[in-house]
Amino acid sequence: MSSSRIAEHVRNIPRSGIRDFFEIVQSMKGVISLGIGEPDFVTPWHIREAAIYSLEKGKTGYTSNLGTPRLRRAIAKYVEQHFAVEYKPHDEIIVTVGVSEAIDLALRSMLNPGDEVLYHEPCYVSYRPSIQLAGGVPVAVATRAEDEFSLKASDLEKAVTSKTRVLMLNFPTNPTGAVMPLEELKKIAEFSIKHNLVVLTDEIYSELTYDELSHHSIAALPGMKERTLFMHGFSKAFAMTGWRIGYACGPADIIEAMMKIHQYSMLCASTMSQEAACEALERGQRSMERMKEEYRLRRNYIVSSLNEAGIPCHLPKGAFYVFPDIRGTGLISKDFSLKLLDAKKVAVVPGTAFGPSGEGYVRCSYAAGMDQIKLACQLISEFVRDIPGTAS
Amino acid sequence: MDSLIRILKQNSAIPRADLARQLGLSEPELAAKITKLESDGTILGYHAVINREKWDTDAVTAVIEVRVTPEREGGFDRIASRIAGFEEVQSVYLMSGGHDLMVVVEGSNLREVASFVADKLSTIEAVQSCATHFRLKTYKENGMLHAVEEAPERLSVTP
Repeated sequence: MSSSRIAEHVRNIPRSGIRDFFEIVQSMKGVISLGIGEPDFVTPWHIREAAIYSLEKGKTGYTSNLGTPRLRRAIAKYVEQHFAVEYKPHDEIIVTVGVSEAIDLALRSMLNPGDEVLYHEPCYVSYRPSIQLAGGVPVAVATRAEDEFSLKASDLEKAVTSKTRVLMLNFPTNPTGAVMPLEELKKIAEFSIKHNLVVLTDEIYSELTYDELSHHSIAALPGMKERTLFMHGFSKAFAMTGWRIGYACGPADIIEAMMKIHQYSMLCASTMSQEAACEALERGQRSMERMKEEYRLRRNYIVSSLNEAGIPCHLPKGAFYVFPDIRGTGLISKDFSLKLLDAKKVAVVPGTAFGPSGEGYVRCSYAAGMDQIKLACQLISEFVRDIPGTAS
Repeated sequence: MDSLIRILKQNSAIPRADLARQLGLSEPELAAKITKLESDGTILGYHAVINREKWDTDAVTAVIEVRVTPEREGGFDRIASRIAGFEEVQSVYLMSGGHDLMVVVEGSNLREVASFVADKLSTIEAVQSCATHFRLKTYKENGMLHAVEEAPERLSVTP
């Protein structure tokens, strides 16, 4: 069959690197995986139970396109309490099928063909293709290990042009676990105002910050609310990946435009997921804190073990990933990951799956059981020791 | 300290080297903290949670609601500690509501528990009444589910 029946702009999107790797891992048995970008916890029981109850009550119809009023009110309250930004439930909040849909809607709502979008890299795999599918031009700004992968306003200044319309942020970051120091975040806010950009902030990991660090959203900084789209969801903090539920809060004109696309493509987010999301926001704080504490302990373990094994790794302050530097082994990211998988049956994701600036690094997720992490660290240590010529 | 107690409460058998690494402590630092908790009586002991379907299946557990006459001096304390002294008694709690003490008793068979209630507990002078409830099945104990749940399947690599 000729591929010409597939639209050109879709053909031009390269196959996801993570998917190739996934297929190799899937074909093997007994793999210990640190390659998983989702919590290993099952959704807390009280949240599952609330969804079951909503089914018992027969809540199986469509909801308002924007999401149920109850959920939008709960979101408004939660965002105000935890992020210090106030949004009106009736026209400044839309409930989406995960943050992924919110990103897609936002980009499609705002970009004209040829508009440029700045984003920091290494980053989540969907940003670049989502920008391209929306007709935009992706402009990656690399972050550096010496800054613990936080973003510098000065690097953004070098990349901005008269065509730049949007800046995408994701802190804490998948895959690096980076967070933004408040001082630098303020500079980025000033930069966005100076160049009249809209900021899309993907806050999916924002509850998962450690070491008494308080997370600041750019939406809360002076002059930013009117130019920021705050996107968040339930997948990571409440272990609800499969429910596919998230939301966006922002200026009413952007929400209205996003709603136009959403109503004709999704209609509304799943009703039972919306019911579960209400429960998560209203009563999920305790289970969230418990999972977060568990991640913190695992992070301490994995960082200490990897450094001891001779692959340098800073202590990331957010998300549930570590992004160790594997350059000392003399291998490139892809070879390191493939050889480790082949020799020790441990799966980590090559840094290059998150953009070319991820070369020299691999992503290890610590959203895995402690026993798995312990075993994986031991095997990685053996693997690194056996590579000829590694100084460790 | 909170993290340390929480982890030990959940799994006191965790290897100390792993625990130290998780808490970002050296092993001697950790050992000193644990010794302090043990010696000041914060940690009273360590238990294994046993699945009774697999071991000692004939053993009987009863929860007994006891109503007592409190004493002018000492209230419930002296009588409670007198009950707590018996080897069969696993736990004793002072309760609000319709009865005063809740006593958990374990015996190797029904007769043993029955004779404890009849001969020892109900004959104590201050005890007014006992309502004995026998355990039929355990679903969750000390935070541990007794049926082992199978882990749901997850994809091995996701973005």
